[in-house]
Amino acid sequence: MDKFDTLTGIAAPLPLVNVDTDMIIPKQFLKTIKRTGLGVNLFDEMRYDDDGNENPDFVLNQPGYREAEILVAGENFGCGSSREHAPWAIKDFGIRCVIAPSFADIFFNNCFKNGILPIALPQEQVDLLMKDAEKGQNARMTVDLEAQTVTTSDGEVIRFDIDPFRKHCLLNGLDDIALTLEKAPAIDAFEAQAAQARPWV
Amino acid sequence: MSGKTLYDKIWDAHLVHEAEDGSSLLYIDRHLVHEVTSPQAFEGLRMSGRKVRAPEKTIAVPDHNVPTDEGRAKGIENEESRIQVEALDTNARAFGVHYYPVSDVRQGIVHIIGPEQGWTLPGMTIVCGDSHTATHGAFGALAHGIGTSEVEHVLATQTLIQSKSKNMKVEITGTLPPGVTAKDITLTIIGRTGTAGGTGYVIEYCGEAIRALSMEGRMTVCNMAIEGGARAGLIAPDETTFDYVKGRPHAPKGAQWEAAMAWWKTLYSDDDAHWDKVVTIDASEIAPVVTWGTSPEDVLPIDAVVPDPASFAGGKVSAAKRSLDYMGLTPGTKLSDIAIDTVFIGSCTNGRIEDLREVARIMEGRRVKEGIRAMIVPGSGLVRAQAEEEGIADQLKAAGFEWRMAGCSMCLGMNPDQLKPGERCASTSNRNFEGRQGRGGRTHLMSPAMAAAAAITGRLTDVRDLA
Repeated sequence: MDKFDTLTGIAAPLPLVNVDTDMIIPKQFLKTIKRTGLGVNLFDEMRYDDDGNENPDFVLNQPGYREAEILVAGENFGCGSSREHAPWAIKDFGIRCVIAPSFADIFFNNCFKNGILPIALPQEQVDLLMKDAEKGQNARMTVDLEAQTVTTSDGEVIRFDIDPFRKHCLLNGLDDIALTLEKAPAIDAFEAQAAQARPWV
Repeated sequence: MSGKTLYDKIWDAHLVHEAEDGSSLLYIDRHLVHEVTSPQAFEGLRMSGRKVRAPEKTIAVPDHNVPTDEGRAKGIENEESRIQVEALDTNARAFGVHYYPVSDVRQGIVHIIGPEQGWTLPGMTIVCGDSHTATHGAFGALAHGIGTSEVEHVLATQTLIQSKSKNMKVEITGTLPPGVTAKDITLTIIGRTGTAGGTGYVIEYCGEAIRALSMEGRMTVCNMAIEGGARAGLIAPDETTFDYVKGRPHAPKGAQWEAAMAWWKTLYSDDDAHWDKVVTIDASEIAPVVTWGTSPEDVLPIDAVVPDPASFAGGKVSAAKRSLDYMGLTPGTKLSDIAIDTVFIGSCTNGRIEDLREVARIMEGRRVKEGIRAMIVPGSGLVRAQAEEEGIADQLKAAGFEWRMAGCSMCLGMNPDQLKPGERCASTSNRNFEGRQGRGGRTHLMSPAMAAAAAITGRLTDVRDLA
């Protein structure tokens, strides 16, 4: 997995609540058997018209935001299906950090498995970052995972919380499966005990 | 010290390891796999030279992409869909997991066939790369959706890294009025708590109205726990559960059944258990409901009107405006005046035999209105076969319904069953998101009885008015 330490980049404002995973990546793009190449279809139905032309009003089509690396959005971001295609599409587009007042559970988990940092902040702080993001391409934010801070283009510093285990994995780009396989003896022991206690499973 | 909730008990029984930072390793009893969220996981195993740790606890079935026409035995026309289904076929056979191919009569939606085959049992931990895994919580199993990276993790280790959720109790007191069903319960809950109301929690549904539900109804309730934001939904097992499970192909038998029953009967929340959040709803206040917007929380009783976006607060004001624009609706319009052109009956929410019986009951002596496309997609080949045996299939075909093969179908339109732009559907599925059933398609969620009523009149209709 790709490491995440610090990121300085353009933040795109998406002031919508309940952005669902069908919006992030519609179903017709779930037929892939690969993890890459989905960035061009990120937010497909908002980003393109019925003929496949870019919708100039959509934020990621605007000149200032085509290179965005951070997304600032409304509450309950990523609700809906478990499709990991959503974070795959976000990452493939080039976004490595999403900031919102709250996230849906499965999407939140999936981000960490793909080197994306989801940051949940109180509404007032997201509002402040949304305003900063609306300034366009000259306003670059900095996210520092080690220090757990977001710095606005004006130099205002906002602290965020993160689960220590997830922070550790993200900072070091650790592979969950390899970490868990180190605990194989504990899994073996559990299976032996469970076979006695619940042999019907 | 307070007692334990059902969630606490299942969690404790599956804890392999707990780190100081609170991240835990949880053992997984059943891993359900479908074709959309698994190919990258199997590829990951191959690339790292890993195998499936417990193929005997892993069950694979194609459901999302499969066409539902009878000609599908000849092969899948859409190339990408075909490749994905073929990939599952190859992976299931190569890694030696249990497998129900498209040609097997037991094929169907993964969340329908798990319970049907007795793979789903009380007290288990069950995961699948699909958010509606919550369905299995109806048996008192801890069941939730995971992403593809986690699918690979479970395949390789039969465990999942988890942090424990908080406990939320949703109690439905009293008895449901006539014409009100499990779907109305689950939609009403989401309407009250919102799509993020359950975020960070595992919900246990309880109370007299829940106890009175069949297993099919309980599955409908738990299925939509995710739409309320919860990691999982649970209902404590009881005689209804045990009666349903007994005799299923993979349910325990003989002495093992007795041993299982002894443990299953301990699976309830203690009276002094601690709840982090409690929601209580009086069943007598629940009416037949429909959704009007593009979020499952946009729920109103059928006798209400389309709301004014200005009546909401915060970000929901602009969200409601956007929803109404997408849905082509004007505030103040009576919901029962909204004309539909499509009816979809099926999905892991409402594709079980009881749902089809309910539709058949409403359709007795009635027909689908001229010009309405109404389709029934049974949740599994066995549900379809049973409905055919009971005469339901013939009755509904004669009433004007299309009678399809099993699959996820128009719930998400990954196969050819999709809405066209502007088409409006009375749907028994679980999500009314923009574009969910087809780009530009408009979805109103409701119960099978309400969808049948809409099929008869051609508009959203209070099923109680047809009595």
